Amino acid sequence: MTSPPPPDGTGVERIRLAHGGGGTWMQRLIEQELLPLYTDPALARHDAARLELPHGRLAFSTDSYVVTPLEFPGGDIGRLAVCGTCNDLAMAGARPRFLSLGLILEEGLELERLRRILGSLALAARECGVAIVTGDTKVVERGKADGLYINSSGIGLLEALRPIGPEAIRAGDQLLVSGDLGRHGVAVLAARHGLQLNPPLESDCAPLWPLVECLLQAPIQPHCLRDLTRGGLAAALQELAQASGLELALQEDCLPVSDAVARCCALLGLDPVHLANEGRCLLVVAPEDLETSLAVLRPRGGAWIGTVRQAADTAPGAPPRVLLRTPYGSERVLVPSSGELLPRIC
Amino acid sequence: MVSPAAAPQTSSQGDAPSQVRRLARVLAARISRPWTLMEVCGGQTHAIVRSGLDQLLPQGLRLIHGPGCPVCVTPASTLDQALDLARLPQVILCSYGDMLRVPGSGREDLLSVRAAGADVRLLTTPLQALELARRHPERQVVFLAVGFETTAPATALLARHTLATGIGNLSLLIAHVRVAPAMEAILADPGNAVQGFLAAGHVCAVVGTAGLQLLVDRWQLPVVVSGFEPLELMTALLRCVLLLEAGEPRLLNAYKTVVRPQGNPAAIALLQEVFNICDQPWRGLGTLADGGLTLRGPYAALDARRRFALTADDPLATGQGAGGTEGVCIAGAILRGRALPTDCQAFGRACIPDHPLGAPMVSSEGACAAYFRYRRG
Repeated sequence: MTSPPPPDGTGVERIRLAHGGGGTWMQRLIEQELLPLYTDPALARHDAARLELPHGRLAFSTDSYVVTPLEFPGGDIGRLAVCGTCNDLAMAGARPRFLSLGLILEEGLELERLRRILGSLALAARECGVAIVTGDTKVVERGKADGLYINSSGIGLLEALRPIGPEAIRAGDQLLVSGDLGRHGVAVLAARHGLQLNPPLESDCAPLWPLVECLLQAPIQPHCLRDLTRGGLAAALQELAQASGLELALQEDCLPVSDAVARCCALLGLDPVHLANEGRCLLVVAPEDLETSLAVLRPRGGAWIGTVRQAADTAPGAPPRVLLRTPYGSERVLVPSSGELLPRIC
Repeated sequence: MVSPAAAPQTSSQGDAPSQVRRLARVLAARISRPWTLMEVCGGQTHAIVRSGLDQLLPQGLRLIHGPGCPVCVTPASTLDQALDLARLPQVILCSYGDMLRVPGSGREDLLSVRAAGADVRLLTTPLQALELARRHPERQVVFLAVGFETTAPATALLARHTLATGIGNLSLLIAHVRVAPAMEAILADPGNAVQGFLAAGHVCAVVGTAGLQLLVDRWQLPVVVSGFEPLELMTALLRCVLLLEAGEPRLLNAYKTVVRPQGNPAAIALLQEVFNICDQPWRGLGTLADGGLTLRGPYAALDARRRFALTADDPLATGQGAGGTEGVCIAGAILRGRALPTDCQAFGRACIPDHPLGAPMVSSEGACAAYFRYRRG
C-alpha cells in the first residue's frame, strides 16, 4: 500500500521507528502533533489524567479502529475513533466527557497524512464535546500495521434516568432508525475496491449524542438504543430479538435507504441492512412515545420501521425471528450476513 | 452484470408493488392447470426469494431454480487448481468476491489460503488484474475468470489488452460457462419437469436471442426473456403461463429495455476473437457439450493451465459436494431443478453459509443461500 521511503531530501516526512523510541524524536512528535489535541496540554505529560465529575453514574467504553483505507469520502480513521466510542457511550444514555487516545503508527506513514487525520480527530472531539485527557503512542516496523491503528476509550456521564438496554424491551414497543442506512459501508467499500462512484457517496460518520440528548429532553426514556456499526441493522435487530426473546416485525418499504446506496448495493449484490453505519442508531421506544420520538427523528431523516411483538408460531426453542414484510405482501426473515461482505460476480 | 439503470429501487418504482400484486391476481385467475417453470439465472432466484414472489403465486404454479449461478457450477477441480496456484509464493491470485469463499474438493477456499499467507486479491473488474501485473513485474498474476456470457466479454477485453501491451506476467485460469447448453441439458434429462423457461436477461443482452429460438423450435416450449426486478419477473411469469395455457411454444422478449434480438455485436465479436467453445465440466451437472469457453489462437498463450503446466481438470472432482459430502448434499439435484434447497437434510443444519457443503450455499446467487437468507425459521 505504501511505497518505499524516498531517500532523504525528497521532502516527504514520514514516521520513523525513532518516533516511538522515547527520545528527542518522540518528544518532538508529541509536542508538535499530539499536544494540540489535548484540552489541557499539561495532562499529556502525566502518566494518568485526574478527572473531576459532578456525579458517579458513569458509562465507560472502549473500541479499536483499523479501517482501510485510512481516509474515505466523508471521514477518516480519526473521526471514526472519536465518533465510534462517543456513540457507544451515547447508546447507554451517557453524555461523552473524556476520551483516551492510543495510537499505533506504522513506520513510513506520511507525517502530513497523520496531521490531517489528527486534525479531523480534534474537530470530531469538539463536535462530540469530549476532552482527550490521556494517550499513548507506539511505532511499529513497516509491514506490521496498516499505516495507523487507533484505540480510544471513553467515559460518559449517565443522563438517562433508567438503564437503557435490551432487558427493557417490551412487546408493543416501536422500532425506529435515526437516518438512512448503509452509507458508511458503501463509502468504505467503494474506497477499498476502487469503485469510482459519481458523485462520491459520503460516510454517515457523525456523533449520536445530540440526538439522544434531544430525546431525553423531550422527555423520552428510550427502552433500548443500539448503534448500527458492523453488521448493520440486520445484526443489531438479531441481537435485540435474541436478548429480549421477542419477535421484531419490520416493514421493508419503511427502511430509509438513499437511492445511491440502493443502486450501489444492487450492483455489488449487497443489502443495505447488512452494511455498517457510523452515525446511525436503532431506537426502541414505548408506543406512547412514538409520536414524540418521530418529531425528533424526522427532521434528521429518521423513520419508523416496525414493531416488537410476542414470538408466534415458531418451533419450541427456536430463537425469536426478525421478520420483514415486503411491499409485495410477502414476508421473509432477516438474518445477519456471514463472513466478509464480498462484492458478487454479476 | 447489473446496470445501475436496472437496480431495484422501491422508492423510485412508485406503484410497482401494487402492480406486482395485481399481476399475481391475474395469474391466479388465468391459470387452469398446474405448470412448472424454471428461472434460469441465480440473480432471478435471489430476487424471487428475496421479494417473496413465490409466496404470491397460485397453487399449482411451481417455480424451480435453475443452474445459472456461475460460482455454483465452477468445478471443484478448477478451484483446486486456483488454490494450488495461490499457494505459490510468486503468484498473486485474483478473482471476483464470491469466488473467494467457494471450497475446492477439500475444505479450503481462497480466503483460507489467504489467511495462511497466500496473496489473494479481490477484483471488481478484470482490468484491475492488468494494473496488478504492471505494479508487480516480479510476480505472476493469475486471474480466475468465471461467469456466463455476461462476464466473459470483460475477460476477453483483459486478454486483448494483455497481449496488446505485451504484459508477460499475467495469465488466466478460465472457467467461463455458457447458458444455452445447460438449458439444453435440463430439457434432455429424462427426469425433466420444466415446461417453460424464464431466460436470463443479462446473458441475452450479450448473446442475443437466436440461440433461445433454436431451443424453442427443438423442444416446443415457451421461453420468456426476463429482467430481474420483481415487476419484470412477475410480468415474465404471467406471459409464460399465458403461452402455456394457449399451447403456444414461443420465444417472447419481456426485457426489451435491455435485450435486443441481435445482442451486443461488439461483445460477440470480442468473444469470438478470444474464445473457442469447448466441452466443460459443471459442478453438479457433469460435463456439458459446448458448455464452456477456452482461449483460442494467440490468446492460448495466456492460459494459466499451460503456463504453470497444470494437469487437465479431473472429471471425478466435478461432483456435487464441496468435498467428501456427496452423500448428504443434493446440490446436483438442486442445480438440475429436481429438488428444492429445503428438501436437503443438511440445509440450515450441517450446511450454512459459514460452512457450506455445496456450492449453492456459497454464492449469494445460489438457491440454497437465497433460501437460507430469506426463508429460514
